[in-house]
Amino acid sequence: MEPIVVYSLVLSAVLFTMGMLAVLVRRNPIIMFMGIELMLNAANLAFIAFSRHLDKLDGQVIALIFMAVAAAEVAIGLAIIVSIYRYRRDVDVDAVNSLRG
Amino acid sequence: MDYIYLAIALPLLGVLVNGFFGRRMPRKAVGTIASLAILGSFVVSLVAFLNYIALEGGAHTVMLLPWLSLPPLEISYGFLVDGLSLVMALTVSLVSFLIHVYSMGYMADDDGYPRYFTYLNLFVAMMLTLVLADNLVLMFVGWEGVGLCSYLLIGFWYKKAAPPAAGIKAFIVNRIGDFAFLIGIFLIFWLYGTFNFTELRQSVETVAFAGHFPLTLIALFLFGGAIGKSAQFPLYVWLPDAMEGPTPVSALIHAATMVTAGVYMVSRMSFLYSMTEVAMLVVACVGAFTAIFAGSIALVQNDIKRVLAYSTVSQLGYMFLAAGVGAYWIAIFHLFTHAFFKALLFLASGSVIHGMRGEMDMRKMGGLAKYMPHTYWHFLIGAMSISGIPLLAGFFSKDQILFAAFTTRPDIWPNAGMVLWIVGVVTALFTAFYMFRQIYLVFLTKPRFDEAEIHPHEAPSSMVTPNWILAIGSVLAGYIGLPALFAGIIHMPNAFQPFVSGALAGGAHVAEAAHGAQELFKEVLTTSISVVVALLGLGLAFYLYQVRYGVTEKLKRAFAAPYRVLLNKYYVDEFYDSTFVQPGRVLCEQLSRVVDLGIIDGVVNAIAFVVGAVGQVLRPIQTGFIRNYAWYMGAGAILLVILLWLGLGAK
Repeated sequence: MEPIVVYSLVLSAVLFTMGMLAVLVRRNPIIMFMGIELMLNAANLAFIAFSRHLDKLDGQVIALIFMAVAAAEVAIGLAIIVSIYRYRRDVDVDAVNSLRG
Repeated sequence: MDYIYLAIALPLLGVLVNGFFGRRMPRKAVGTIASLAILGSFVVSLVAFLNYIALEGGAHTVMLLPWLSLPPLEISYGFLVDGLSLVMALTVSLVSFLIHVYSMGYMADDDGYPRYFTYLNLFVAMMLTLVLADNLVLMFVGWEGVGLCSYLLIGFWYKKAAPPAAGIKAFIVNRIGDFAFLIGIFLIFWLYGTFNFTELRQSVETVAFAGHFPLTLIALFLFGGAIGKSAQFPLYVWLPDAMEGPTPVSALIHAATMVTAGVYMVSRMSFLYSMTEVAMLVVACVGAFTAIFAGSIALVQNDIKRVLAYSTVSQLGYMFLAAGVGAYWIAIFHLFTHAFFKALLFLASGSVIHGMRGEMDMRKMGGLAKYMPHTYWHFLIGAMSISGIPLLAGFFSKDQILFAAFTTRPDIWPNAGMVLWIVGVVTALFTAFYMFRQIYLVFLTKPRFDEAEIHPHEAPSSMVTPNWILAIGSVLAGYIGLPALFAGIIHMPNAFQPFVSGALAGGAHVAEAAHGAQELFKEVLTTSISVVVALLGLGLAFYLYQVRYGVTEKLKRAFAAPYRVLLNKYYVDEFYDSTFVQPGRVLCEQLSRVVDLGIIDGVVNAIAFVVGAVGQVLRPIQTGFIRNYAWYMGAGAILLVILLWLGLGAK
């Protein structure tokens, strides 16, 4: 395995863990959102690393598709956050549980 | 005549035109189209008849289309043209045409005018399908089709309470008979593998079974269908109630044509009945019993149409009596003459009801002869014909039935013929009495209604003209099938018997053309007795309602118990109600409670409950907090990785 691939995967794992921690411990939805983006891009990085390792283009193609998906997701996610804020004047995720079963 | 199917197609065309566009067309056009369609059927039948005569006994099948072809099951739209089906087709189309014309006057002010003529045309198409079909299944299509039209027309005035109930009753009672009929049809296919009449006849006459038990069974099941459709005991109860329909419908469907379908079917299957003496005897006995039973009920009824309804049941009994003693051609002959005089009687009673503004109770009539002279003559001719006054149509046909019964000697019960004959003669007495009772009550006694308030009037010419044609038929129809006695006197041979006999079984029980001196003596004897009995009935009515008018009230009090039994029709309706209808209702209520509400609804509710309970258990997982979901996902992902790792490690 090439060193660059190893480094990339380690970086990807570190980024993913950071993103996950951000999502799990922070209460501000914007920060959580940033954490999600971080996880997504960590996964992208892993894809690209494996693409190089296997010498196939599939990983890169998936990374490109993920970027498009992430852009759309950000648009919707931010819109939801804005709506929640307008409705409640507050965006603390621990206070929002109106979808409780 | 290969275009015989036009006789069915034309009324169907009328159904389409009147059914779809009838409401947007003027009334005159609707009635005219319907009547012309039936006239077309009559002309087609007539041309077929003339061709048939010209070809000398050319019974043939007209194949129109194959319907079902699933070997060995072959059913086709085929029509059998022979003497029997032609006589039926001519009678049906002619009487139907006259009644269509009459209806244009009778129904002129009714809201459902196009609907009425649509149903009526559909009825004629179905009836002709029934009589022309060359196989049992197509016949059954017509059989059910006329039942449907009967139901629709009985309940024609659906806004009132009684007609729809009567329609449902007719439908359900017929269903019982039809069930037996279907079983008979299935048995035939099981035994012979064909539904086609011609093939069936060959099989029945050549293939012998060990013992006649299966044949008897088939014959009895088929007769079950005839009992329902032709209103024989014990399934006759629907016919008197069917009088709730418009009177021309009563005349056409419930007197002249549809109810004779059973007689036609038994005659069509005569090759089968002739093989089994037991079934024949059952047919004859049921017929004879129904004749006297219904005739006795008719003696005391007060509704003008109900008397005629019970009279119809009684006359149908005569036809089955004739068929049961093997005189199939006489059964068809009586069917033929009966179609004329019973249609005439019903239409004349319709004119009376029309002129009396809907009054049907004979106790509130009387003296109508001077208000409606034409109708009086129609009714009188019809009554004389049905009563067997000599030289009218009904005399010849009924007389031959009685003679056939008198001479029959079944092996299993040699004296049956004598018993049947006595029953027939007593019924003839009843018939003459109740018909002339009706004449006196309606037309001759003093008026029992307020003459200042009701002004009875003669019916319009569109109603009177068809009646005169029927009246001529009621007088002359008998002369095409004269008994040997009369045929010898006026040198007019019996044309009817040879014409239809080709399609019927040999009729081994009845002495055929060979009339010896002894036979002739017997015929003179029975004929004289019939005449005496008819005149006796007439005289009794004359005595009770004319000479000693009012004496009947005393008689009612003197014989209160039998009178009440007769007036209440032997309580048969009440008996059926308490034995079948009410228990059936209770059973259905219980079934609905136990099976529907208990089992079916119970299972559905149980499934819903289980789903709900599982939901309740799983509910707390969905907290609504996004952070919890993130934990679930994270934990799930880690778990997945661990599992995969373990799995790979194991490998």
